[in-house]
Amino acid sequence: MITVDLDATEVRELNHRLHHLPADTNERLWRVVNPRGKHALLAGLDRPVAVTIEGHVGYYCAGMNQEAEVIIDGHAGVGVAENIMSGTVRVRGNASQAAAASGQGGLVVIEGDASARCGISMKGVDIVVGGSVGHMSAFMAQTGRLVVCGDAGADLGDSLYEAAIYVQGAVAGLGADCEEQPMTDADRAAVADLLARAGLPGDPARFRRYGSARRLYHFHVDHADQY
Amino acid sequence: MCGIVGLFLKNEALRPLLGGWLARMLVEMGDRGPDSAGFAVYRRPAPEGAVKITLFHPDPAFAWAALAEGFAAGLGCRAAAERRGNHAVLTADVDEAAARAWIAAHHPELRVMGFGQRIEVFKDMGGPAAVAERFGLAGMDGTHALGHTRMATESAVTTEHSHPFAVGAELCLVHNGSLSNHNSLRRNLARHGIRFDTDNDSEVAAGYFAHQMQQGASLAEAMEAGLADLDGFYTFAVGTRDGFAVLRDPIACKPAILAETDDWVAMGSEWKAIAPLPGAERATVWEPKPATVYAWGRA
Repeated sequence: MITVDLDATEVRELNHRLHHLPADTNERLWRVVNPRGKHALLAGLDRPVAVTIEGHVGYYCAGMNQEAEVIIDGHAGVGVAENIMSGTVRVRGNASQAAAASGQGGLVVIEGDASARCGISMKGVDIVVGGSVGHMSAFMAQTGRLVVCGDAGADLGDSLYEAAIYVQGAVAGLGADCEEQPMTDADRAAVADLLARAGLPGDPARFRRYGSARRLYHFHVDHADQY
Repeated sequence: MCGIVGLFLKNEALRPLLGGWLARMLVEMGDRGPDSAGFAVYRRPAPEGAVKITLFHPDPAFAWAALAEGFAAGLGCRAAAERRGNHAVLTADVDEAAARAWIAAHHPELRVMGFGQRIEVFKDMGGPAAVAERFGLAGMDGTHALGHTRMATESAVTTEHSHPFAVGAELCLVHNGSLSNHNSLRRNLARHGIRFDTDNDSEVAAGYFAHQMQQGASLAEAMEAGLADLDGFYTFAVGTRDGFAVLRDPIACKPAILAETDDWVAMGSEWKAIAPLPGAERATVWEPKPATVYAWGRA
């Protein structure tokens, strides 16, 4: 286990060390202490290392993650795991806006709440939120799955493409072209699998599914007011 | 971008440390706004019947003692000026309106930065570390304080355009964001007797809340009313004589984080601003919801 103290080490130096690990590195277990809300921690990791950050982090933590398993033992600022490609990013506390924005793969777990625009423009990432998500979550989401154990804020799934949204609690309102859809056995199995991988409790039978009504896919003059 | 911070002490024993803590918070937000910085500190009250007026003169060698002498002679009262950088706090046992009228008539080059029984307001161009140092923020005691680091997007970079804006007695505001209907609001408020010193949008928000409270609204009610009348994006932190409140616009364009312990409540644009405070690691931490007023007060 390698411990990096950010009271004594610059963020740039920590990220540089992690970026330059050889593919067959033995330095696979890392611990980062005293993050104190600093930005861009662990951005751009591309090795199968496991890093735990003890404390709250600032913006864009673990952005563009590939292969690494990152645990944030605290709250995360704006854009945690934005553009994640693969691997896992877990936030033990709450996440601020735009968690997992534009994520293309991998798994993002927020054990607490995520605020506005969680999963905005997601492109294949799976997101599991133990608590609730704020307004405009999954805005323009293209593919991937968003599982919300709590409630969802206003305008959920606005201008959605083909991502699937599963919510166990109440939905304050759906965005343009987002509709409730039947839960199939495959949906329930997907939710059960994601909850198990996230290690979060939840009853797949209580989740509802939301997806695209596909009315905005092509311009139609009758829908002009929705564009 | 801009960075805003607020600190409200619940534990009286911490009052001597207020300025030092706020300075650390402000410096952490320097990356969000290097153009200018400022802060308002609610300190020991002026004696009964007296008022404190924070004044700015661009000449750092301005003769504040002579000003106080002339002021006292002109208005037949006692007055003393305490210099801090290019500002001074004038304390006088005189009606606030008469004091402001005398200053406007005899020293039109002076700017009133804030006035009331407790509030003192200091702001200037430059980064937060330099501005805090210039005014000796770290040595200031008090009950609560607000600070701002500005990245100007909307109006000029001058001392007068810096935050906080203190338009009404004891009330001050810091703002991250920008308003789009400030010109019409300014005209309406001016008709109700609210005085503005600049063309800045945030000053209008300060004037709006001051006007609401003059009409009898509580701080929280004034901010609720603002949700309907202020068009734009914003995170506001507002201080009054005894209170402190935070409000984000309905789509939460601008960041904010709140933290509370048994000893204090802190607000910052980012967690970075709160992290250095003693006890922060044990604080309850949350992101304020959009269009929701969070207010604290002292009975």
